[in-house]
Amino acid sequence: MAKIVKIVTPLTDEVVSTLKAGDMVSITGYIYTGRDAAHKRLFSLLQKGEKLPLEIRNQIIYYVGPAPAKPGYACGSAGPTTSYRMDPYAPALLDKGLKGMIGKGLRSKEVIESMKKNNAVYFHAVGGAAALIAKSIKKSEVVAYEDLGAEAIHRYYVEDFPVIVVIDSAGNNFYETEPLKYAK
Amino acid sequence: MRKIEAERIKKKVKKLFLRANYHIGEDVLTALKEAREGEVSEIGCSVLDMLIENYKIASGEEIAICQDTGLAVLYVELGQEVYIIGGNFREAVNEGVKEAYMEGYLRKSMVDDPVFARKNTGTNTPAIIYTDIVPGDRIKFMVTPKGFGSENMSALAMMKPADGPEGIKNFVVDTIRKAGPNPCPPTIVGVGIGGTADKALVIAKKALFRKIGEHHQDERYAQMEKEILEQINNLGIGPAGLGGRTTALAVNIEYTPTHIAGMPVAVNVCCHAARHAEGIL
Repeated sequence: MAKIVKIVTPLTDEVVSTLKAGDMVSITGYIYTGRDAAHKRLFSLLQKGEKLPLEIRNQIIYYVGPAPAKPGYACGSAGPTTSYRMDPYAPALLDKGLKGMIGKGLRSKEVIESMKKNNAVYFHAVGGAAALIAKSIKKSEVVAYEDLGAEAIHRYYVEDFPVIVVIDSAGNNFYETEPLKYAK
Repeated sequence: MRKIEAERIKKKVKKLFLRANYHIGEDVLTALKEAREGEVSEIGCSVLDMLIENYKIASGEEIAICQDTGLAVLYVELGQEVYIIGGNFREAVNEGVKEAYMEGYLRKSMVDDPVFARKNTGTNTPAIIYTDIVPGDRIKFMVTPKGFGSENMSALAMMKPADGPEGIKNFVVDTIRKAGPNPCPPTIVGVGIGGTADKALVIAKKALFRKIGEHHQDERYAQMEKEILEQINNLGIGPAGLGGRTTALAVNIEYTPTHIAGMPVAVNVCCHAARHAEGIL
């Protein structure tokens, strides 16, 4: 079994630079959630030159819209959503200092170029492993856009949140390199 | 005529959506375990282990398998000798969906206006209902919470009859290649051939209800399913798209008669969390 790299948030440039595509990583600390509707609002604030409702510098955004929590649970099932829908908005957030994104699926050339320029990393969480992933989410609170419900920006405290580095800050892309090894 | 209370329809629909969202089918679980045995990619194996563990947790604790608890889709066979009393059919179905999603801690993912307001309806309704009137005095429900990671990878080709089986195979495999990691592989691939553009899509989704391991009764179509599955797994996309030999668990084809001038082919992809439930009133 591959070694698991343990990291904490907020991220530093030094840590981001050491993460390589294919690394199994476990994250501990605070991370933020955001998906389609929240990204649209953040992007629109940036376009108008206004302040964001959260400090994203050195933070990680997890692309997720969780299921409601059952009583006694910190969070409902919370697996990743498909990332490409956030592609039009991601470079602007990376320019503001966002260091990590957690999601699943392909990213645009523009996002990967922006990750290289801004030294950021894209983590893959396993889609559909939502009940399992939620076990590592210990606390959840809404920090912005409560009206969006599941799409609101939440702050999670996570312990040993399981991800894989799929595109690193040098632009190495595991989605491209790995399938070639198993194709016939 | 047989009288059926609308209230019973509501209760049945609610029960089926709760079951589908919490408990994965035995066929999916068995297929994943078999895939795990045959998987050669180390990361692929750990992804499959996570998925199997996830299904155990969701079922054991009765929580959603996936946070995307989908749009509520139903295929209903309504016996023509059924007389619904105490309410109307569509409202009863929608009430059942609403109660399942409101009371079962399932995510509400339906927005009213797809372009402008995109306001969440808050109830996961209206459900998407396909109804067939059939002989008899029973109502059969086939329900599926359909997530959009996989739904967004759907494709339709209005092919020429001359494209033949090779054209179909290439189109399906190419659709899955382009989808890559996005639809949460290993997937189940529904293929609908014939009819009109819309009919092909409807039967492609209905094909996803077939149990993994069962093939089309017509040997020629069964053969095509097996060949497409092999070609898809040869793409190397693997579990979660991180490389490996398990990209799809099944390819299910359904066909229906079509026009002399055409051969519509639709692909509807389902993630590994192939959530279905069936019930009869």
